[in-house]
Amino acid sequence: MDRLLKFTVAALIFVANPLAAQEVPITTYTLDNGMEIVVIEDHRAPTVTHMVWYRVGAADEPAGKSGIAHFLEHLMFKGTEAFPDGTFQQIIEANGGNDNAFTSQDYTAYFQHIAVDRLPLMMEMESDRMRGLILDDGAMLTERDVVLEERALRTESDPGSLFTEQRNAALFLNHPYGTPVIGWKHEVSALTLQDALDFYALYYAPNNAILVVAGDVDPARVYELAKQYYGPIAASDGITVRVRPQEPPQTAPRRLVYRDDRVATPYVIRTYLAPNRQSGNQQQAAALALLADLLGGSGISSLMGRRLQLDEGIALATGAFYNSRSYDPDSFGIYVVPKPDITLEQAEARMDATLEYLLENGVEPERLARSKRQILASQIYAMDSQSGLARRYGAALTSGLTLADVEAWPQALQAVTAADILAAAQELFDINASVTGYLTGPEATQ
Amino acid sequence: MKQFFILAFWAVFSGGLAAETKIIEVTSPGGITAWFVEEQSIPIVSISLSFQGGASLDPAEKQGATNLMMGLLEEGAGGLDASGFLEATDDLGARFSFQAGRDSVTVTASMLKSDLDKSVDLLRLALVSPNFDEIALERVRGQVNSNIRSSANDPNSLAGMAFNQLIYGDHPYGRDRDGTLETVAALTPDDMRVAHQRSMTKDRLVVGVVGAITPDELGVLLDNLLSDLPQSSDGNVADFEVLTSAGVTVIDLDTPQSVAIFGHRGLARDDPDFLTAFVLNHIMGGRVSTARLNVELREKRGLTYGISSFLLPYRHAATYLGQFSSSNESMGEAVDLVKAEWAKMAEFGITREELDVAVRYLTGAYPLRFEGNSAIAGIITGLQVANLPIDYPQTRNDQVRAVSLEEMNRVAAKIFLPEELVFVIVGQPEGF
Repeated sequence: MDRLLKFTVAALIFVANPLAAQEVPITTYTLDNGMEIVVIEDHRAPTVTHMVWYRVGAADEPAGKSGIAHFLEHLMFKGTEAFPDGTFQQIIEANGGNDNAFTSQDYTAYFQHIAVDRLPLMMEMESDRMRGLILDDGAMLTERDVVLEERALRTESDPGSLFTEQRNAALFLNHPYGTPVIGWKHEVSALTLQDALDFYALYYAPNNAILVVAGDVDPARVYELAKQYYGPIAASDGITVRVRPQEPPQTAPRRLVYRDDRVATPYVIRTYLAPNRQSGNQQQAAALALLADLLGGSGISSLMGRRLQLDEGIALATGAFYNSRSYDPDSFGIYVVPKPDITLEQAEARMDATLEYLLENGVEPERLARSKRQILASQIYAMDSQSGLARRYGAALTSGLTLADVEAWPQALQAVTAADILAAAQELFDINASVTGYLTGPEATQ
Repeated sequence: MKQFFILAFWAVFSGGLAAETKIIEVTSPGGITAWFVEEQSIPIVSISLSFQGGASLDPAEKQGATNLMMGLLEEGAGGLDASGFLEATDDLGARFSFQAGRDSVTVTASMLKSDLDKSVDLLRLALVSPNFDEIALERVRGQVNSNIRSSANDPNSLAGMAFNQLIYGDHPYGRDRDGTLETVAALTPDDMRVAHQRSMTKDRLVVGVVGAITPDELGVLLDNLLSDLPQSSDGNVADFEVLTSAGVTVIDLDTPQSVAIFGHRGLARDDPDFLTAFVLNHIMGGRVSTARLNVELREKRGLTYGISSFLLPYRHAATYLGQFSSSNESMGEAVDLVKAEWAKMAEFGITREELDVAVRYLTGAYPLRFEGNSAIAGIITGLQVANLPIDYPQTRNDQVRAVSLEEMNRVAAKIFLPEELVFVIVGQPEGF
């Protein structure tokens, strides 16, 4: 007997005008075998987004096997006994659906977007490949070439991506976030069939998976279907709480220069180690999210944009970003793209001056209020995207957060004060826990 | 096995959402017409404006003017400077985007219903009274120049620009929308005003709106937003006939993976065979696992991460093109495979089974496009640009189903032209 409905919540999304509060109905269940289910109702159209998220990503790979999580994601389309030889995608396409998959450091997810009456078929096929994947060396070798072409396309053809790999490797001294999701080329080239099968057998199980269904559906009906298709799959004994190697105290700033003939627009970027959203305690992360927005979230109206692009006129572009939703502590970054007659050293000095200004003067209440209004607006626009909502929940639940954390995040952001932001900034900007990188072209910037 | 599943699960799926999307035509008291879908379930309004003409209206010596002008619309208007305009936009929770395309300039806006009137007022300032001040011009010019310099080193951009120069020559389509470092350097605020008055006029305008308002409210909105635009402007682009003969052009770039763009002439959007050609292209190079190019290059041989082809029916020239990337050592094999598939299709056409599979996918996937207010606003604007009837979403799938195998193969012989197929490859491919 499956556990009964765990709880049903209405995700309240507050609008500037409280009378216009909107609800996205969310319902959750858990199957006996441990598989969690999130149903997001969107009745505007007779379509559905069906996603299965696994709590496993590149950061969970064994040493020396980088890229195996992503490679397995590719191989998951190869076939099972019931749906062999590429018929998985052919059937979806013959039903007018689109499907794909994606891998991050913390999760691997598979999805289909299709007419809602095909939901049972999607569950039949997705549940079938949770345990029934069949692979042979021929398919494996061809697909490994495809992944190497993908790496050549996304990484080796783009100096900015190669630079990012080097910076991440320098930022994380011990944590696997320092290894690229797609894998190092020499390790991807050596991945084997057995590597893929081992990873699959260990991690692909209902008690390591989350089903997210968004669309024109009745939650109770989704639950019945999930019990029918996913319910019979046995839980795996091998699933344990993920514990990855953590960072030691970082005690020395790192600097690197990546020089590449293909770079036409040099820039300076610095990333700091940063705490992530903690389940049940998201206040520090909320303060950092607003810090990123105020510092460099919206072009010339952010602090860096206003000072470096408008007032000083030394930059073509500026920005700040924060990876809040990771399973383990991740990074906060700032960058400046200087004008051609400004050196990267000069740009870095002005970037530092902006940080000092912020630490001395704090944030202006008016600008903080504007950021919060923007966040409220984003919550409303998010309702326009069925797949976007599905991704939000899937990513959070595979990153150590709970449904309650997702619901609490908008309010956590609204509760942030100027003092919270200043305190978070003071803790964050520790140069010993940072990497400063210059991406530059063939002409040395002095 | 394959057959069994495909047929077993092929239930009748007719129309779906597309059939349910009720587009109506609304004409404002001031005479501005829009296509409109009322959607009250989310308190937002999405607006899509498309002005026909676009960057191709730039005179050769002012290449890049329209692109720079569109980039400046959000950089200050009606007494607000650039920061003031951006802050006002943020305060209202509105989102504006201004883009210059080859055949049109487009403005898309998402607004909260709670601040709709103020958001419309703000967008109107950008549309009818942009500042085009020197300071903002210099700043955005710097950003455009940076894009131009980056494109000169980017394999995809290089391939695209070289391909356009090869097939369109001196026609405006052969030029880059961004302009060149030389032409952009010479652009002045007056050039911006000229490009603005030329690009954004009522007689060039097509409007699509989706959201939480009524038709009557939309009429008022349209007049508030658009009635101050000029009625018309001079400026036309000549039609151009694409004509190529088979060949390969290699542009040397030190990169481990080559990028290829290939193609030849295509079909105009109003050609009676266009929809048939669209289905044929789906079978050849659509974004599905069964597409012939995907099967031959990726699934069987692992030569590429992705390959696709598409019909590009610009207003003044019709092109059929495709693109992929492959390692320098495998590019030769990949090019030979594309050529072989092109020749095979021209000679033998498609099979009944391929047609059935394609029709099932295309008719099933069409309704999925109609998801989300901003997506639908874009679609209903596109329908008008293509001169399609307002009930097209209801009839389109029937038209796809109605095409016979004989028609398909007649059109295959007409649109696949191996003797005209040109490749532009950027990289250091072996064997060329």
